[in-house]
Amino acid sequence: MAVKVLIPTPLRQFTGKQASIECSATTVGEALGSLTGSFAELRKHLYTDEGKIRSFVNVYLNDEDIRFLEKENTRTKDGDTISIVPSIAGGAD
Amino acid sequence: MAIPTDTLPKQEVKLSKEEIQRYSRHLIMPEVGLEGQLKLKRARVLLIGTGGLGAPLGLYLAAAGVGHLGLVDFDVVDFSNLQRQVTFSTGDVGKHKTEAAKERLSGLNPTIEIETFETRLTSENALELFRDFDIIVDGTDNFPTRFLVNDACVLLGKPNVYGSIFRFEGQATVFGYPGGPCYRCLYPEPPPPGLVPSCAEGGVLGVLPGIVGSIQAMETIKLILGTGEPLVGRLLLFDALAMRFRELKLRRNPACPMCGDHRTITKLIDYEEFCGIRGEEAPPMTDGIPEISAKDLKARQDRGDDVFILDVREPHEYQICNLNGKLIPLGELPRRVNELDSSREMVVHCRSGKRSADAIQFLQKAGFKKLLNLKGGVLAWADEVDPSMPKY
Repeated sequence: MAVKVLIPTPLRQFTGKQASIECSATTVGEALGSLTGSFAELRKHLYTDEGKIRSFVNVYLNDEDIRFLEKENTRTKDGDTISIVPSIAGGAD
Repeated sequence: MAIPTDTLPKQEVKLSKEEIQRYSRHLIMPEVGLEGQLKLKRARVLLIGTGGLGAPLGLYLAAAGVGHLGLVDFDVVDFSNLQRQVTFSTGDVGKHKTEAAKERLSGLNPTIEIETFETRLTSENALELFRDFDIIVDGTDNFPTRFLVNDACVLLGKPNVYGSIFRFEGQATVFGYPGGPCYRCLYPEPPPPGLVPSCAEGGVLGVLPGIVGSIQAMETIKLILGTGEPLVGRLLLFDALAMRFRELKLRRNPACPMCGDHRTITKLIDYEEFCGIRGEEAPPMTDGIPEISAKDLKARQDRGDDVFILDVREPHEYQICNLNGKLIPLGELPRRVNELDSSREMVVHCRSGKRSADAIQFLQKAGFKKLLNLKGGVLAWADEVDPSMPKY
């Protein structure tokens, strides 16, 4: 299944400045695995040392938070968009 | 859903002839009208932060006739603020932000009351500060304060109009609305210090806070009026480079420790400890990292010592000012480490000393031994050695 993963600004430095990556995957976990396989430095920003998605990184399949679906086992279909939404805090400074 | 300000006792407020003229473009719209304008006049809104997001927020809410505005900030206006904090003039540099903002907003609309709180928001003062306001607007710049604003809002049952920005990207939503999610439902935990750069470290395009802060101002006014669909349960994402808005669903997490079915956080905590830091920004990890001061480095260069300088900033930063060092950005260091000679003594520097400390930790693991971190980076060099060097 061809899915698109959208990379937020803070993480684009680890994807060769690319804002989105196309990959083939049947689950969200597989897509993220393929992504961190291609861009190794991204891995520590998305996963803990134990291999769990970091709690301040939210992953969405289309407009749904995967925590409310089947997490990384959520199945993807052709044309789906996966968004990585990290926490940002800027505003006043 | 109940509109928060509707539950307030309705004080007798009227509009003067001058106010009717001032707000005439509101008054002729049925969605606002006289009744809506009186709601705005009765409303009490607290702005946390009078910086990038606070600027359009303050200007638009004052102009719209929000009757009582509170401004919380401890900072003073700096030259580097003027690129985006449009409330301030060049002549305001050095003044307290709350004072300068009050002057500007009172000039814009002298019919409203503006209350300033020249203080850092803390767990000790937040509940007392928030209590007298209907809506809290979060325009701060750091994770501890964002968790603090969230928790205080949930504890007091007040809506929290949230916006945050980074470089070209913004997020906005309304937390703490009856039945809606809170900040902890979206982000249960803060990122470890240092992993997510602040605007001071990562930069921000000046217009971005103008757009995101204006969205917050719009949502605040809609909450007051009880009009339209509030940005509740939806996270609005804005990418300025692509000029694209997207919307993600936000749900209240039934297991949320703050707003979930079984609240486990019942009072405000130490948010800096929660976020793993002390102080406004994460202190550089300097444990076990040998340092050299800018003055000492200059003295050694003057003596003719052969000191190799490695600059781990980005190329666009190097263009602003540099110490003639070899440029290898921190992110490229792992694959370019073979360009360095581990037998030579090396002073590593960045802007303020934090990235260079990370670089040294990496190089130490790679077997480099003769490493020194330039304490305070090029900023310290500008302060201690070369005042003609621009600071950024």
